[in-house]
Amino acid sequence: MEVKAANMDRINLIPAAEQGVSEEEDMKVKKYLRGKATDLGALQDKKLKGQLAVREELYGKSAQAAAKAEKWLMPSEGGYLEVEGIEKTWRIRQEAIAGEVDVLSSRKQFDIVLPELGPYTLDLSLSGRYMVAAGRKGHLALLDMKNMDLIKEFQVRETVRDVVFLHNQKLFAAAQKKYVYMYSDNGTELHCLKEHGAAARLQFLNKHFLLTSINKLGQLHFQDITTGEMVGNFRTGLGRSDAMEVNPFNNVTAVGHSGGTVSMWKPTSAAPLVKMLCHQGPVTALAFHSNGHLMATAGMERKIKLWDLRKFEVLQTSPGHAKTMNFSQKGLLATATGSYVQILGDFSGSQEYSRYMGHSMAKGYQIQKVVFRPYEDVLAIGHSMGWSSILIPGSGEPNFDTWVANPFETRKQRNEKEVRSLLDKLPPETIMLDPTKIGSVKPTRKKEQPTKQEREAGKEAAVEGAKSISFKKKTKGRSKSSKVAKKKQEAVANAKKPFLEQQAKDAETSKKKRKRNEVENQLPKSLQRFARKVPTT
Amino acid sequence: MKVKVISRSTDEFTRERSQDLQRVFRNFDPNLRTQEKAVEYVRALSAAKLDKIFARPFIGAMDGHIDAVSCMAKNPNHLKGIFSGSMDGDIRLWDLATRRTVCQFPGHQGAVRGLTVSTDGHVLVSCGTDSTVRLWNVPIPSLMASDDSSDNEAKPLAVYVWKNAFWAVDHQWDGELFATAGAQVDIWNHNRSQPVNSFEWGKDTTISVRFNPGEPNILATSASDRSITIYDLRLSSPARKIIMRTKTNSIAWNPMEPMNFTAANEDCNCYSYDARKLDEARCVHKDHVSAVMDIDYSPTGREFVTGSYDRTVRIFQYNGGHSREIYHTKRMQRVFCVKFSCDASYVISGSDDTNLRIWKAKASEQLGVLLPRERKKHEYLEAVKNRYKHLPEVKRIIRHRHLPKAIYKAASLRRIMTEAERKRTERRRAHSAPGSMPKEALRKRRIIKEVE
Repeated sequence: MEVKAANMDRINLIPAAEQGVSEEEDMKVKKYLRGKATDLGALQDKKLKGQLAVREELYGKSAQAAAKAEKWLMPSEGGYLEVEGIEKTWRIRQEAIAGEVDVLSSRKQFDIVLPELGPYTLDLSLSGRYMVAAGRKGHLALLDMKNMDLIKEFQVRETVRDVVFLHNQKLFAAAQKKYVYMYSDNGTELHCLKEHGAAARLQFLNKHFLLTSINKLGQLHFQDITTGEMVGNFRTGLGRSDAMEVNPFNNVTAVGHSGGTVSMWKPTSAAPLVKMLCHQGPVTALAFHSNGHLMATAGMERKIKLWDLRKFEVLQTSPGHAKTMNFSQKGLLATATGSYVQILGDFSGSQEYSRYMGHSMAKGYQIQKVVFRPYEDVLAIGHSMGWSSILIPGSGEPNFDTWVANPFETRKQRNEKEVRSLLDKLPPETIMLDPTKIGSVKPTRKKEQPTKQEREAGKEAAVEGAKSISFKKKTKGRSKSSKVAKKKQEAVANAKKPFLEQQAKDAETSKKKRKRNEVENQLPKSLQRFARKVPTT
Repeated sequence: MKVKVISRSTDEFTRERSQDLQRVFRNFDPNLRTQEKAVEYVRALSAAKLDKIFARPFIGAMDGHIDAVSCMAKNPNHLKGIFSGSMDGDIRLWDLATRRTVCQFPGHQGAVRGLTVSTDGHVLVSCGTDSTVRLWNVPIPSLMASDDSSDNEAKPLAVYVWKNAFWAVDHQWDGELFATAGAQVDIWNHNRSQPVNSFEWGKDTTISVRFNPGEPNILATSASDRSITIYDLRLSSPARKIIMRTKTNSIAWNPMEPMNFTAANEDCNCYSYDARKLDEARCVHKDHVSAVMDIDYSPTGREFVTGSYDRTVRIFQYNGGHSREIYHTKRMQRVFCVKFSCDASYVISGSDDTNLRIWKAKASEQLGVLLPRERKKHEYLEAVKNRYKHLPEVKRIIRHRHLPKAIYKAASLRRIMTEAERKRTERRRAHSAPGSMPKEALRKRRIIKEVE
C-alpha cells in the first residue's frame, strides 16, 4: 500500500514545466508519425494482426527517436519578430530590421535597379542559393545569392514571360515570345521546345523531371526533360490563364483560369482531377502551402481566398487584389499588388491568416513576382524596375537537410545528387491527389444491387430501344404492316425477357427465404439455430 | 522589438580543410520530403529488378566421384570442409573454397549410404550397403591446407561389420553415440564393435535417422512402411509413430526450434511437424513436382533446403507454404542429398551426375567483404522491397522464376490434378448426407494414423 502511495505522490510531483515539455514532445512525435495508426481491431487474420502490431510499434518508436534527435540534429532556431506594448509588427519597416540584425543578414536587403528591361520575374533553386531573373524585354540573369555573384547574364532580345529552374541551377527554361527555350548556366541555348508554343507560365516538377507549361491557347503541356517525351498535352478549355502553380505535396498542377475556375491536372489524364469555381472574375494568382492542405487564390473581383484542399472548402476570404502570391516554408503568405507587398501569417494555429508584415516599394514600381527564399528569412521581389530582396523574420526553415537541398553544395555533391535523383525519378502515374494512397490496397467493396427504380428504368430503356428499330424494306409481302407490327412486338418481348427472368428469380429467392424464416419462426427461439438448412447445390 | 533572422556563416557549414569530410546536416521533417511513398515504391521496384539481374546463384561444381553422390556430411568444426559419399563406395573430403578433393577414404565395398561427423569434428562415421560401419579420423584443417596432393588417402579407425545393410547414420549432437538405420535402428558407441542398443517397430526397413539438436537422447526415423517414428534412448521402446500415406525419405530437425522437424516426403511435399503433437502437420511445403529426396535446415532455423528427384533444389521458409527459391541447371540430374553450409550462406547439392554443386543461399547476394555503406544500402533496399512486396508489379518481378520446360509442365499438370481432385471431393460432399464427409485439411489428410 505504501509503495503505491509513494508512486502516486511521484506522479503528482511532476512539475508543470515538465508536463509542458512532454506535450511539446508529443507534438513533435505526431509530426513524424505521418498520420494515424492502422485500426487493428477490425482485422480477422491473427498472423497479419501480429505482424502489423509489431510494425506499428516500430513506427511509433522511430517517430519518438526522430523527435528526440531533433534536439541535436536541428540546432538552429528559426527567425522571429517580437514586439512590445502597442507596437505592431506590420508597422515595422525594413530599415528598422536592418539596424537590429547582424551584418551578414542586413546584406540580404537590397534593390537592383534595372529600369529598361523590366518587369522582372524570378525563380529560385530548391536550395534557395541560386536565382534566375527574367526581364520582360529579354534580359536573363543567373545569380548566386549567397556570394552575391552574377554568374551569367544575357539578352535574348524577345519577350520573356516566365523562367524556371530545372532540377539544378545548371539548367533553366524560359518562356519566350514564340517558344520555350532551355539554357545552361553559361547562357548556351540547349533546346528550343516548339511544342509548348508561346507559353505564359512554366513550372518544373523536380521529382518527375517534368516541365509544365500553359500557353496562350490554354493548352497544358507536360514534357519529360530526361527523354524529351511529351507526356501530356491537354486543352484546358476553360479560358486563358495567368496563374499556374504546382502543389508541392502531391505535385498536382493547378491552373487558374479567366472564368474564375481553378483546375488541377495530372499528366496522365486529359480531364482535370478537380475543377473548382473559386472567383467571380479571372483568377490572378495561386499559391500552395507546403503541407498541401492549403491553397490561396486571388481574383480580379478583389478577393483573396484561402482554401482547405482536404474538403475543397473556403477557409477565409479577405478583400484585396494580388498580382502574385507565395507561401513560405513556415507558412507565411506573401501577396503583392501594385508596389505593395503584404505578408500574412497564421498565428492562432487555427488557419486564420492575419497581417504580419508589409512593405511598400518606391511609388510606381509594379511588382511582378514575389518568391520566398527557401531556408532563409528573405522574400525576393521582381518588379518593373529590377528586383529587390527584403527580410521577413520567421519565414524560412532554419535547418536544411544535406540530402534534400543543400545551400552549401559542392560540385561533386551536386553531380552525385543529379545521378541519385535520376535513379529515383518518379513515373508520371505517381501524381495523384492523395499520394499516400500509393502502396495501399484497394478496399473490397460489396457489389451493389441495382434498386427497383433503376431496374425499371433499364427495362424501359431497353423497350424503347427495341421499339425504335426500323426494319429493312423487303419484298414479297414480308414488309406488310401486320408483319412489321409482329416483328416489333417480338423485339420488344425479347428486350423485356432478361428483366422478367431476373424478376422471377428474385421473387423465387425471396419466397424461399420467407419460407425458411417461417420454419425458423415456428420453432422456439432457442431451437431456431438447429433448423435444418437445405444444401445449396 | 526583438528580431532574429536565419543567418548562416559559410565557415560553420562547410569543411575547414579539403581533407576533411563534408559536413552533413539532417532534418527529417516529412514536409521537406514530399511523395515519400512514391519514391520508396520506385526504389522497391528497381531493387526488385536489380535482384533479378544479380541473381547468379550457381558458384561451381565439384567433380571427382565416379558414381552418383548418395550422401553428404558437414563438419561442425570446420566451415569449408564437406564430406561426400558415393554409390561406388568412395568417400571424399572437399575443400569448398578451392573446390578440390582434400582427402579420400577408401574401403567401402558397396554404396555409401550414410555419413556423419561427431560434434567435436574429429571422427567421421560412414556406413553402407556392405553392412559395415567405418570410423575415420578427420584430417586436421591446417594439415590439409599445406598438403596439395589430392591422392591423400586415409585409413579407417575402426571397421564394424554387422548383419544387415545400412541406409543412414546420424551422430548424437552431444555425446559419443551414433545411430544407424537399416533393418532396425541401432545405437552405437565409438569404441564398441557391436551396437549398444537396438530398436525395432514393425518389420520394415528404416531409411533415415536424425538426432534432435536440442535433446541429445531423442531421434526421429522414417521407415519404408511410410512411418515416422520418434525414439527416446532413455526408454527401452520407441516413443511415438505416425503413418502417412506416402514414404518419408528424410527428416531434418529445426535447430532453433528443436521440437519441430520437417519430413521430406515421397508425394512431392514436405511436412513440418511439432514432435509433441503429431496428429497434424504444422505446415505443408508444396512446390516440388517429384519425390523430395533430402532436406537440411539452415543453422538459423528460418529456412531449409530440399533436393528432389525432379532435378531441382528448392529453398523454403520454415513456415512458408511455397518455396522462396528454385535452383536448377541443365546438367544437374536427380538430387540425392543437400546441405546448408554452417554459415547459412551456401547450399551444397549432390546429384546423380556424380557432381557436388555449390549454390548461394540468397541468389542475388553480393559475395565478399561489404563496405558499411554498401551494407546499409543493401539493407535499405531489402526493407523497401519487403514493404512493397504485395503490390502487383513488385510481386510479379520478385516471384518470377524461369523453370525448365519439364518442370513447368509437370507443375501445371499437378495443379490440374489437384484441382480436379478437389472438385471431385466437393461434388461428392455435396451429394452425400450432410456431415458424412467432413472437410479435412491437407495438414491432416496425409496422415493415416498416429500410434503411441
